[in-house]
Amino acid sequence: MSIKLGDLSYQQRIEKGIENDFMREAVSSAQGRFRNGRLTQAEELGDWEDWRQLGSEIRTHTLENIDYYLQQLSEQVSKRGGNVFFATTAEEANAYIEKVIKQKNGKKIVKSKSMVTEEIGLNQHLEKLGAEVVESDLGEWILQLDEDPPSHIVTPALHKNKEQIRKTFAEKRGYDQSDSPEELAAFAREQLRKDFLSADVGITGCNFAIAESGAITLVTNEGNARMVTALPETQITVMGMERIAPTWEDMEVLVSLLTRAAVGQKLTSYVTSYTGARLEGEIDGPDDYHLVIVDNGRSKILGTEFQSALHCIRCAACINVCPVYRHVGGHAYNSIYPGPIGAVLTPLLDGYDDHKELPYASSLCAACTEACPVKIPLHEQLIRHRQIIVEQEKKSPIMEKIMMKGFAQWASTPAAYKLSTKLARTALKPWTKDETIKNGPGPLKGWTDVRDFPAPAKQSFRAWWKERQKGEVRNGNS
Amino acid sequence: MRLMKVSLFITCVSDMIFADVGKHTVGILERVGCEVDFPVAQTCCGQPAYNSGYLQEAKQSMKQIMLSFKDSEYVVGPSGSCVGMLREYPAIFKGDSEWEEAAIDLANKSYEITQFLVDVLGVTDLGSTFKGKVTYHPSCHMTRILGVKDAPQTLLRHVKGIELIELPIKEDCCGFGGTFAVKNSEISREMVKEKSQHVAETNAEYLVGGDMGCLMNIGGRMRREGKNIKIVHITEILNTHEQGGGIA
Repeated sequence: MSIKLGDLSYQQRIEKGIENDFMREAVSSAQGRFRNGRLTQAEELGDWEDWRQLGSEIRTHTLENIDYYLQQLSEQVSKRGGNVFFATTAEEANAYIEKVIKQKNGKKIVKSKSMVTEEIGLNQHLEKLGAEVVESDLGEWILQLDEDPPSHIVTPALHKNKEQIRKTFAEKRGYDQSDSPEELAAFAREQLRKDFLSADVGITGCNFAIAESGAITLVTNEGNARMVTALPETQITVMGMERIAPTWEDMEVLVSLLTRAAVGQKLTSYVTSYTGARLEGEIDGPDDYHLVIVDNGRSKILGTEFQSALHCIRCAACINVCPVYRHVGGHAYNSIYPGPIGAVLTPLLDGYDDHKELPYASSLCAACTEACPVKIPLHEQLIRHRQIIVEQEKKSPIMEKIMMKGFAQWASTPAAYKLSTKLARTALKPWTKDETIKNGPGPLKGWTDVRDFPAPAKQSFRAWWKERQKGEVRNGNS
Repeated sequence: MRLMKVSLFITCVSDMIFADVGKHTVGILERVGCEVDFPVAQTCCGQPAYNSGYLQEAKQSMKQIMLSFKDSEYVVGPSGSCVGMLREYPAIFKGDSEWEEAAIDLANKSYEITQFLVDVLGVTDLGSTFKGKVTYHPSCHMTRILGVKDAPQTLLRHVKGIELIELPIKEDCCGFGGTFAVKNSEISREMVKEKSQHVAETNAEYLVGGDMGCLMNIGGRMRREGKNIKIVHITEILNTHEQGGGIA
């Protein structure tokens, strides 16, 4: 896999999403839980807006000084016996990881959840080489068994219900128990335990890399990241280059925001921080440790008006409040990064050609912007994308262009505007019945396919005002 | 005391389709002692073009708005969304030596009607009377772009005889989104279907809001579904008094 999931058209994906009742039910109820959880936690914390401000300042500062912190991180990791590799592209990252695994003669790789490894298509790359790759996050494991891509960045199997999961386990792993979450989880735990114990290489993502110490912090509820980082002899961390927290204190703020915003928890069950390889005199740690820092298009975003998109801490709060996401589901975005942040990031990382519809898949209700714990102005960035699509990429439909030119003429010419207020009702008369338009012409069709449109007023406001002014003059009131 | 001078920013939707909203707004403003004028050169705030990515086209429209209100003391409109757009002008014209100042001036003096009443004039009780079961939809741009969350509900709570029923998940978008409703018609349909269901659950007779775009969307859908509800702009409820309706 890479960023893009498949080849269905935007229209096909939207329809497929809307028709999937199972998925919509699952997404809607999960969104409700996450939303309430986040609001409860924010309220309990008391000064949520101050926390958001602090989070935003930490991320802004970090990205403005990313060169410095990358250098510091790299030095700290090296000092602790780790190897650091800067990958400009997905291919470079995959090639480096392949080299490490081959050197170690690694056959079995166990992973904890990582969006960036999805982004670079690491699993597919390693499987092609004949290695066995096992995802250990429960959601990711389900999807791996089912060969289905993630639809959410925190809870990747959000679109599946427990019956679908039972079926997958039964078909792929001979599971013969019920669809109770406890039994399903116990089965997964038992299966995965063997993998943890027999893996040669552990690969994790990274929630935050702490520049001052070179420690990698992972946040999970299942403890799987702890198993992945504790057992295999060879450890590889793959991180997007922006995922740095300068200090432990900064990490504490960001983790506090992340767990609350993501799943409505004060803290997840496990917060794991680990540092480098086992050095002389130390009693634990892997033999061999590698940190792969992935650019893959990120540095091109630095210094642009989209820089704050790199502030994202992957909490999915924007996804959890998005009404568009609720109705179409994650796969409709055709990107491993769905929802509002996906609609902003995907065209930046993977270009507009395949993703030009995404910035329009939003009513600009700004629920995302309001929910973001690090204050990324998501809806404004969607508008900015639209401007680029119209003005630089020139990918907007010709009819729309003509209409917008007309709009500008109309709205900048008071006489034309006034005339339209006079004629609107008459012009729409052929389609009007009982003060209602049910099958509107031209651009109104998209509206009336779905709902009624009201007939324009019998008298425009401005006409009424003019009459009223005349009356007042006549009555000597003016 | 000198009368406060207010220029009405009618918004194109209310000018053409919902003229009564303008009449009620004028009625309320005059009742609280404002002198209302209506600069006739005003057109549209530019939002349809701006939100669709047509910045140059939007700016043409915005310049017309700035010209129309350049002499106004206060600009007041019956829409959180359109007034929210005016408040964005300074960011849009930042660095434009010809227009930046006018953009800042307009943004600083523009208010949505309930915001103007509560925050500027300090009025929370207009002495209005309205009998009926009412549910309020807080539109997204009113609350999140303009930041007006409490004013409409404060005013509604003071209306005599009104029975206010809380709308479930009221902060959810209704699926209007301007050109979104047409460009992404299927997604918009699913969103408005959900909103329509929430409104129906309240058993309210009236759906009230501060943005006619959203009300036109929800009302139009509910009508299509055969659900019986009357949509009213908040000014229609506020522009009533003990003796009955109060169209100026």
